[in-house]
Order: sequence, then C-alpha cells, then structure tokens
Amino acid sequence: MDGEYDVVVLGTGLTECIISGLMSVNQKKVLHLDRNQYYGGESASLPLDQLYEKFRTGIKPPESFGRSRDYNIDLIPKFLMATGKLVKILRLTGVTRYNMKFLLIDGSYVYRKGKVYKVPATAMEVATTSLLGMFEKRYVKNLLTYVHNYDVNDPKTHENMDLTKVTMGEVYKKYGVSGDSIDFLGHSVALHPTDDYLNKPALDTVNRLKLYADSLAQYGKSPYVYPEYGLGELPQVFARLCAVYGGTYMLEKPVARIVYDDEGKVCGVESQGEVAKCKAVVGDPSYFTEKVRKVGQTIRVICILNHPVASCDNNKSFQLIIPQNQVGRKHDIYVCGTSFVHKSAPEGKYIAIVSTTVETNNPEAEVKVGLDLLNPILDRFVYVLDNYEPIEDGSKDNVFISKSYDASTHFESCADDVVSIYERLTGEKFDWSRAPPEQAEE
Amino acid sequence: MNDINPSAKPVSFKLVLLGESAVGKSSLVLRFVRGQFFEYQESTIGAAFLTQTVPLGDAVIKFEIWDTAGQERYKSLAPMYYRGAAAAIVVYDITNYDSFLRAKQWVKELQRQGNTNIVIALAGNKSDLSDKRKVDFSEASAYAEDNGILFLETSAKTAQNVNEIFVAIARKLPKDRPITDKNEIDNIIIPKVGDTRAEKPGKGCC
Ligand SMILES: Nc1nc2c(ncn2[C@@H]2O[C@H](COP(=O)(O)OP(=O)(O)O)[C@@H](O)[C@H]2O)c(=O)[nH]1
Ligand SMILES: [Mg+2]
Repeated sequence: MDGEYDVVVLGTGLTECIISGLMSVNQKKVLHLDRNQYYGGESASLPLDQLYEKFRTGIKPPESFGRSRDYNIDLIPKFLMATGKLVKILRLTGVTRYNMKFLLIDGSYVYRKGKVYKVPATAMEVATTSLLGMFEKRYVKNLLTYVHNYDVNDPKTHENMDLTKVTMGEVYKKYGVSGDSIDFLGHSVALHPTDDYLNKPALDTVNRLKLYADSLAQYGKSPYVYPEYGLGELPQVFARLCAVYGGTYMLEKPVARIVYDDEGKVCGVESQGEVAKCKAVVGDPSYFTEKVRKVGQTIRVICILNHPVASCDNNKSFQLIIPQNQVGRKHDIYVCGTSFVHKSAPEGKYIAIVSTTVETNNPEAEVKVGLDLLNPILDRFVYVLDNYEPIEDGSKDNVFISKSYDASTHFESCADDVVSIYERLTGEKFDWSRAPPEQAEE
Repeated sequence: MNDINPSAKPVSFKLVLLGESAVGKSSLVLRFVRGQFFEYQESTIGAAFLTQTVPLGDAVIKFEIWDTAGQERYKSLAPMYYRGAAAAIVVYDITNYDSFLRAKQWVKELQRQGNTNIVIALAGNKSDLSDKRKVDFSEASAYAEDNGILFLETSAKTAQNVNEIFVAIARKLPKDRPITDKNEIDNIIIPKVGDTRAEKPGKGCC
C-alpha cells in the first residue's frame, strides 16, 4: 500500500464509497481502507451469524431461524426516495449497470391516537381516508395544491408569500391546517423528525412535500424504493465503480496513524508499518476520534419476526412513522419493515427496525410504542450509537470527515453530506447533470 | 450440436471470474471475447464487464462476464460481485501451487455463499508453461471430481481449452430460464432515466 495517492479513504460506509467512486471516475488515484473484513462499516447489511457475532459474541443463532446467509440485515434502516438525491447519484455514476435491483416499498403508514393509518397516497385516498376529518381534508388539499403549483422561478405561483422568509407555521395558518393535520403533513409527508421546522422558512418544507409527491408519482403505492439484498449493496456497487476506474481496496486493514506535515496538512496514512502518501484523507468519524464531536444518540432495535405486521395491512414491506406529538416526544419514532421479498430474511421471515433519536436515560422504553406494534417478536437486538460530526470542515488539514448516519428514514441527509464533502474536497460544485462515465466495458 | 436457430433469443447468465491475482483471469476473458492475448496484460481501466454469446443447440447463451477489477487483492472482493452469478470460473496458475490452494478456498466460498445451483468450473491456466508446472493435473482433476465441478487446463496465451471451458459451462446451465429468479416481477423497479444497462450490448467499438 505504500505509494502515492490523491486521496486515501477510511471506512467503506456508503458516504465514503460514493466519494471514492466519484474521485476515481474523476481520474484521481484512490486508496480505500477498512478495518473490518466486510464492506459497509456502520451502513453494512449483515448475515445472521455476523449479526450475532456483533451483538452476542460467542453465541450462534438458533437453527429454527434458517440459514444465516439468507439474512441481510441492515444496521442503519433507511429507504431511498424514488426521486431523491441518492437515486440521482446512482444514475449519474452509472452504477445501475451493476445489476442492482430495486423494489418498491409496499406502503407508508402513520400513527395517530393509538391507531395506524395508511398515509393517503392518491387524491382518491385523500378523499376516503379516515385519518383526516372532512374540513381538514379540504384545507390539506388546498395546501397540497399550492405546493404542487409552487415554482421558485414563477412568482405568480407564490401567492404573495416569500417562502425564504415566511415560516412553515405561518403557511399552515394561512391554509387553515392545524393540529393532527400538521403532524401528518410535517412528519409523514415532509418527513421532518422534529417540530423545529415550524419556525423556519417554509421553502425547505415545501420542497420536501414536493419530493414526497414526485417520488410517489414515480411508481405509485409508496415513495420509497429499497435494494434487493439490503442497503449493504449500495457501498459495494460504488466500491466496484471505484475499483473499475483504478482504485485500490484493502479490507481488514487497521489504521495506525494519520500523518501530517509541518504545516498541519495531512500527507499520509500509516497502517501495518507502511505509509500511503496522499494529498487528502476522507473518512467516517470512527477513524478520527479527536476531530469529531458527539451530537446525540440514536437507538435502533432490530426485530426478527415470523409474521407480517397486521397494523400495516400485513404488507411485506412498510414504513411507519410515529410523530413525536402523538407520543409526547421531541423526535419521531420510525419503523422500517422488509422481508424475504427483499432477501433481508429467508422465506417466511420479516425484519422490522424501530429507531429514534435518544431523549432519555432509558432509550429502550422510548421505542416501546413501536415495538408493541410488532408482537410477537422472535428475537431483537437493541443498540444505541453515538452520532458524531466533524469539528472542522477540512480546509486547514485536508481531512474531510463524514457525519454519522442520522435517525432519518431516507438518504437525503446522507446525500447532502456526500455533496458537501465532494465540494470541499475538490473545490468544485457538484454537477447534478454530469453524465454516467464512459463505459470502456463492452 | 444442432444448427443455430436464428430466431433464438439469447438467454443471459452472469458469469464471474475468481482466483488469485495474476493467474490470468482477465487474460482468459480477453481471449474468449476478443481473441486477444497480451504478454504484459495491464488491468484495463473501466474494462471489467464484457459479454459474449455461445450458440448451443436451439438456444443462444449470452454470458455477462464480470471481472474482479483488481478487488481480489487484499481480501476486498465484495459479495455483491458474485451475487446472482449463474456460473463462476475459478482460476489458478499451474506454475503456482499457492494459487491452487486459494482456488480451493474460492470454490468453498462459492458453495457457501453463492447461488445454490451455481455452475463452477476450475481452470488450471498457463498450461503452455508445463515445464514450470507445480500443480499436477491428476491432483486438480481429482479435487474437481470430488467437488462435482468442471475442470480443464487452459492457456489464454495459446487459446487451448478457452472456448471449451465456456461451452462446457453453457451446457450445464439450465436451458429454459436464467437461474437468477425474478421474484415478484411487478415489484421490480427498472431505473428509468440514464439507465446504462440499455446501452450495454456491445457494437464492439474497440
Ligand atoms: N504464459 C502464459 N501467461 C499468461 C497466461 N494467461 C495470463 N498470462 C500472463 O499472466 C499475467 C497476469 O494475467 P492477468 O490476466 O492480468 O491475471 P489476473 O490478475 O488474474 O487478471 C499477464 O502477464 C499475462 O500475460 C497464459 O495462459 N500463459
Ligand atoms: Mg485481472
């Protein structure tokens, strides 16, 4: 590994693998290391025996659970918005050619006053849903029509509101949308994790509402898609892209030290007595403990079930959002469900992952309302992860650190982090219209 | 073999190459697909996916051949590489005994992780260098028989047994349908805009 590289990347999480793929296609010389023997870091999907090894070292899964290799269990549960930024990145990098298959998630659900409702997906469903009362329906519909017509470049569609100044709270008020309707729109459609957005400029929320509607319109049923064999496939396809364009990968490679020059700029990475010289380093927070700060915690509970979830129409995949207000919290609780259809589990088994941002000293109790909807649960793995973000932006030392994956149920914030790192690393604007790289392959 | 049925629609199969670095994986593919051989085969940037068709009786088998892109070095070959593969050629170099041991590990790995009905072929490559031979034909052949896999000694340099190994694989593949099962077809999303898969089938520009 001793040699000279443009960039050394540490950790094979999704963010890091996208960056190394992009850099390699840009003809930069990339060395990519991971201390684990598998791809994906915290965003890996693990077979059952590896999951046991991680959480219950020394214990083997019971035979009744089926073959270990038939499980691909995500450590970080998320879905892709069908027209979201990650899907755009998949297309503009051309990794779709690596035979990835995406499946549509069957339905999107929201919790209200102890009951679970399907998030109305079509005009028809809005008209018939029991989630909203008759007047609420009209107000919500009017607001959604405004959102649909809103075009940043066409003031006629703005109805005299400057959405960079007017808050979302004020927009709701103008349309007469209140109470539970706000919970429904803000959390299960705009996918805000908290209510902080109410006092912020409305443009972001309007864009989020548009993204949901566009994603939903793409394939119907739900706005979410999910890769067969789990999210762990995503870092691997970007790693292949990087390798195809000349990047070097090394797994099971512990990093001893990051080497800096006299001016404090990074100039190498040391591992097993060798130093790879480089101009820049990119990596996940676990490789830079003294350059990151803790910004909270996320609890995730992975549940193995042998039945679909009744309250979500017995669908083989679903997303359920429990808005914070409904259960007296500050952060929403999310439940992501997949199954054997997605090859997350063997025939007849289902995986549901409950997660939220930790607010108390007893995080498991915080997600009880989600777990109760899944009973009976065959087995569960509870884990709490600290969330980190970099203290500095990398301009001083050329070290560019990603953020931990947050509790959100989609990849929009992850894609934002990719774009931000890419722009800081290259000094160029991220080009959303770049064409997939030439296929030297025939 | 019967005549080729011109109306036969090719059935696609994913085929992956496995084996230690420098045993001749990329060379075997280039020999099979383009009829070329290079003494100093540099890994071609961007070339890790080629296709080639094999006529077989009434059917036409189209191999989608995946090369490792160098990820076999440093234990970094991703499981997605052999995901859904209908066939694998595990290559060793007959002048390098360690590469044979490594090939056996790959066979084991495929039997553990791969597609249940994956067709595996063992290729003892560089058969033109038999004066430097370190792996006996009989040893490899016995191993292949014990494990129920195909075996041929090949040479990407002289082309010996290169077509033959692909044809032997084609014969063992299920004729009616690809192994990659299309579970819940109506649920599968084919990426729309900019899907390069549609552009792939080669006009052979290079
Ligand atoms: N003599 C001889 N050399 C070969 C043969 N196949 C490959 N080589 C050489 O072995 C080296 C490594 O080949 P390559 O295809 O890059 O191996 P890979 O790393 O397994 O893809 C190159 O120098 C090739 O020219 C063969 O059948 N006979
Ligand atoms: Mg090669």
